[in-house]
Amino acid sequence: MIIDALGGRVLCGFVKALTGARVRWLGCPPAATQRVYYANHTSHGDFALLWACLPPDLRSRTRPVAGADYWGEPGIRSYIANHLIRAVLIERGGGSHAESPIRPMIVAIESGDSLIVFPEGTRNMTDEPLLPFKSGIYHLAQACPQVDFVPVWIENSRRVMPKGRFVPIPLLCTLSVGAPLRPEADEAKAAFLERTRNALLALMPPLQ
Amino acid sequence: MTAPQETFAIFAGIGATLLLASVIGFLLKKRGAHGQPHGAIDNLNARIRAWWVMVLVIGLAFVFGKAGVIVLFLFVSFFALREFMSLTYTRRGDHDALATSFFIVLPLQYWSVWIGWYGLYSIFIPVYAFLVLPILSALSGDTMRFLERAAKVQWGLMVCVFCISHVPALLTLDIPGFEGRNLLLIVFLVLVVQSSDVLQYIWGKLFGRHNIAPDVSPSKTLEGLIGGVASATAIGAALWWITPFKPWQSALIALAINVMGFLGGLVMSAIKRDRGVKDWGDMIEGHGGMLDRLDSVVFAAPVFFHITRYWWT
Repeated sequence: MIIDALGGRVLCGFVKALTGARVRWLGCPPAATQRVYYANHTSHGDFALLWACLPPDLRSRTRPVAGADYWGEPGIRSYIANHLIRAVLIERGGGSHAESPIRPMIVAIESGDSLIVFPEGTRNMTDEPLLPFKSGIYHLAQACPQVDFVPVWIENSRRVMPKGRFVPIPLLCTLSVGAPLRPEADEAKAAFLERTRNALLALMPPLQ
Repeated sequence: MTAPQETFAIFAGIGATLLLASVIGFLLKKRGAHGQPHGAIDNLNARIRAWWVMVLVIGLAFVFGKAGVIVLFLFVSFFALREFMSLTYTRRGDHDALATSFFIVLPLQYWSVWIGWYGLYSIFIPVYAFLVLPILSALSGDTMRFLERAAKVQWGLMVCVFCISHVPALLTLDIPGFEGRNLLLIVFLVLVVQSSDVLQYIWGKLFGRHNIAPDVSPSKTLEGLIGGVASATAIGAALWWITPFKPWQSALIALAINVMGFLGGLVMSAIKRDRGVKDWGDMIEGHGGMLDRLDSVVFAAPVFFHITRYWWT
């Protein structure tokens, strides 16, 4: 346990030094309320980055949700995911029940943890800034309507370590945290996905 | 005086100046702002605190001599390049070119400065990096905005690595009668150019009326430019005794690097305006990023290096 806690610290330090990460809490302060942080996804490092950027007391109660197909691989990946970051590993695609991947997330929330999710469902390799959201975040919100959904835009992580490359480039990453959202009563799936996605897009810096 | 004594005397002078600045900042905060938050005064005090840190870091590097100075500027280049590339449009196809810039070009440039190989460090980035990096990007097969991407990577290396490495490269010059004192050339360059920045800021705040380049940098005024460059040139002339120059030569050289420093600030501001940001980063409190503090040194260093090399070696 001590080794894991120490390893977690080392991993945080490494991620923060590599990316010079800075967090702009624009829409809410870093408070210890129960939240689902949802972010754009362009790099395998995203969930470690967002997790590392939280203040330590929030970090210990926040669990990133990651694909079991990649992060469940025995070895270093599984060690990082299970022991250092305490990720919630879920099976992606292929499942016959639409809601089954949500189950482990609901369990984590019911035990009092916050979550980090990437509602695009996969890494964005296109030139589009943000892919359409999968319906998972909607089902999660329906099951946990008392939890705040907080958008976080991650800028530059795609350039630090793009797909198929193994040497990370130490570019500066900026995380912009927006205002919390909650599902409204009787809100349709498409409307909720649209609203959460627009809230995330609004945090994108006006560069390029 | 010996070179270490001269260096110590200069640092003692800088320390006394900073102490005076800190006292003035403290009084301004107490009397002018009555201890309340005040944008300009708080920024001034943040800048003064950051100056203390920067002077301490440079002083520490000087204690370790040549190795300390080269390692210091290696890191300065690294942080500057990181700020530059973070604000620059590149694509996945540039990954190899960027990785090469950070992990091969940057260390090799400083290694060639370390061994004093003028024939390499003076052409390595303008020739070899210039040819190899676009080759790497072309091999990736991504042609979208290709020339723009290749040019930006090259620009970042020229500004952040090539130009900045000319500060420690001053240690490699063999100046007859000046042996063992080359660290003082760095003191002269950095002190003159940075005091020009500070004095332009002070003159501009006190007397600034006419904007020189409102579209590029709203804080640059004619009064600030003339007052700052003139007084920093006077400082340069007064420092002739730590250089191989005569007083009038020292004044002329100080004038040249101050003008280059001012114009460098203008160019780097133009890039920031184009990218829609106010500062390059936020690693130096009150100043912005590494490049915000160094933009004038970037443009002054190669000119100072070659003036000194051409006429004094």
